[in-house]
Amino acid sequence: VELELSDDQAFFVETTRKFLAAECPIPVVRALEHDPAGFDRAWWRRGAELGWTSMLVPEADGGGSLSEHGLLDLVLVAEEMGRLVSPGPLVPVSVVAAAVAARGSADQRAAVLPGLVAGETIAAWCGVTPVDGEVRADAIVLTGTAVPVEAGAQADHLLVAARTGSGLTQVLVPAGTPGVTVTPLGGLDLVRRFASVRFDGVTLPATAVVGEVGGAAAAVERQLQIACALQCAESVGVVDRVFEMTLEYLGDRYSFGRPLSSYQALKHRMADDKMWLEACHATAGAAARAVATGTANAGELVSVAKRWIGPHATELIQDCVQLHGGIGVTWEHDLHLYLRRATVNRAMYGTPEWHAERLAADLFGAAS
Amino acid sequence: VSGDEVEPVERFRQRARAWLAATMPPECDGMAQRGEPGRWDHERRLQRTIWDGGFAGICFPAEYGGLGLSVEHQRAFTQESLPYDMPYALNVPTFGILAATLVDHGTHEQKARHLPAILRGDEVWVQFLSEPSGGSDLAGCLTRAERDGDVFILNGSKIWSSGAVDADYAMCLARTNWDVPKHRGLTMLIVKIHQPGVQVEPIRQVDGSTEFCQEFFDDVPIPVGDVVGEIDDGWTVASRLLVHERLAVGGGSPYTSGRSGGHDAGGDDLGLVEVVQSQGRAGDAHARQLVAEAHVRQVVHGQLNRRLTQAMRTGAMVPSAGSLMKLFGATNVMRRAEIGLELTGEEGVVWPAGADTVGERLGSFTLGRQGMSLGGGSNEIQRNIISERLLGMPREAAADREVPYRDVRRAGR
Repeated sequence: VELELSDDQAFFVETTRKFLAAECPIPVVRALEHDPAGFDRAWWRRGAELGWTSMLVPEADGGGSLSEHGLLDLVLVAEEMGRLVSPGPLVPVSVVAAAVAARGSADQRAAVLPGLVAGETIAAWCGVTPVDGEVRADAIVLTGTAVPVEAGAQADHLLVAARTGSGLTQVLVPAGTPGVTVTPLGGLDLVRRFASVRFDGVTLPATAVVGEVGGAAAAVERQLQIACALQCAESVGVVDRVFEMTLEYLGDRYSFGRPLSSYQALKHRMADDKMWLEACHATAGAAARAVATGTANAGELVSVAKRWIGPHATELIQDCVQLHGGIGVTWEHDLHLYLRRATVNRAMYGTPEWHAERLAADLFGAAS
Repeated sequence: VSGDEVEPVERFRQRARAWLAATMPPECDGMAQRGEPGRWDHERRLQRTIWDGGFAGICFPAEYGGLGLSVEHQRAFTQESLPYDMPYALNVPTFGILAATLVDHGTHEQKARHLPAILRGDEVWVQFLSEPSGGSDLAGCLTRAERDGDVFILNGSKIWSSGAVDADYAMCLARTNWDVPKHRGLTMLIVKIHQPGVQVEPIRQVDGSTEFCQEFFDDVPIPVGDVVGEIDDGWTVASRLLVHERLAVGGGSPYTSGRSGGHDAGGDDLGLVEVVQSQGRAGDAHARQLVAEAHVRQVVHGQLNRRLTQAMRTGAMVPSAGSLMKLFGATNVMRRAEIGLELTGEEGVVWPAGADTVGERLGSFTLGRQGMSLGGGSNEIQRNIISERLLGMPREAAADREVPYRDVRRAGR
């Protein structure tokens, strides 16, 4: 994503890249296809040791980042994971860790953060669409279904938004709480797991509420922004790697006595693809910087990036499949893993159309 | 400010802010159209005011009338200048392209003669590069300059020079040696535009504008002292000029002051929200998607330009990366104009006679939109540059390499 990295960040990227290449190359990703969790817990703990789970958590809570804004360090991990279509619940764990670190009580921080930072526990974020919440004297009762929830069936903690009266309230729900039914879903990605989470009158103590009752709208928006910034960085890593593979392939492959890369019709398509790719880098980077520094237009820039990257990433990869020829549509070739990830990312955390409507609401609101 | 001490950026900014507020008129969109009569005199007067105020040529060498300050000083001035009417039409090509090339390749005499005059607003410059015989093959130019004692005699024709009719000088690429391969027989000349033997004719574009011109040269004497760079090495100068062009157009030039290009208002610059609301379709999901798409494209364009400008400045990407900006800008205009046409519907093709409507602006905009895909190197040439120089893919075969230019096959001979 970024052109200029600090020495610390460059070293961090290098360490993450080497670790992923050694411990989770594509054959390992493929082997996880039928694994219910889609990732190996011991592997995730080792990633956590590298700092993957610490960046959005303050030092006082056991975390710590390389630069002033941990999200700018974490998007580097997301991009590297995209380049190898890595497994692992980076987005939900990061979003929930950041949310609890920002608004959780001392007890909640102590109960949740050490496990997440160490990679011992997993958290799932139930998204922006609220379930119904009923506030009682010393409790809150949740009813409704959150779907799809990334890593929902693997999570130890669920962070869910509930509509309480005119406001939103966020609640931390321990996995296994009576009334919570988690149903794993099938899906396009070989290793990324989603679930449907149903709440049937789930009763939790008031101490499970994160922040104030009815005051969570801004926090939920912030969580969406973090999720999208990380997802966009991952998608950029995905398309960057596919483009690299395709450029190499066109140089290696010969027909009619000349390399494919010498045909102007193909050169011009690669020029266009390079342009879409650089635009993906640019908009993902701008979104990450805005979210990291909390600028007023962070929500807008996140939606711009989601609207841009979603369709362009999938279109660019499909074009690279075409440039590969028949091998590109085989199970054996890795391209489909990348296309799967980009297609899933396009739909998750708001479709491009949903984000476009957010922008339209701003534009029409501003004009009236 | 005295002595050799460089004024700190913040103090410079404060001084610029106060001076601008006291001196410059507010931004006025009515004057923003370059084609309007009187616009150029207006631009020149604004520049003279800036010169008199001591803020002209912030990054130009002090020896030649500039201030010799840093890019940070220039950026501070530009930020402060945004609310005011500035001579932004002088940024491209005069300051950012031609004056910048003169700084790099001009002789001391050329710089001393022209740079202060440029910074005073007395000289407006343009480039004479493309020719009627073909614009993409820039080094294949046929305009010739033959040496005759202390002068070159210029004959031929150039085309697509913007604003030449209102300008004073041009840098003109001409063939001075026909016995060597095409890139090695070119010379860059400074040409005074308004003189006997030079005929300038505005070209009327499909959208009615007359910004572009064609020039005809009939035995125009050019003093040898007006050669920029070395004789027969004009391609080096032209290549440098093109680098400055990409930087200036992309907003990454240290030599432009104030905003460059149009008065980019940001937000809904095309007025699409107004169109949709006036049709009573503010609740129409399809229309809202299109308005958002146009907005996204505008924002991403700016983000891409900032990324590439930074990449070229730090050396992370070769200067050819400017072609990505150019191609993106051109294809983006095509799509955004299409969105405008779709949303305006009938209002984009008929309007109350004499009225200035958004529909009329958007409808006319769609007619001229192709210009961006052609001017400054067509999309096809940009795609060649990107694939070959940026991605390292094999170069296109060419029949004119390592062949004396007089032996190269051309149309009609």
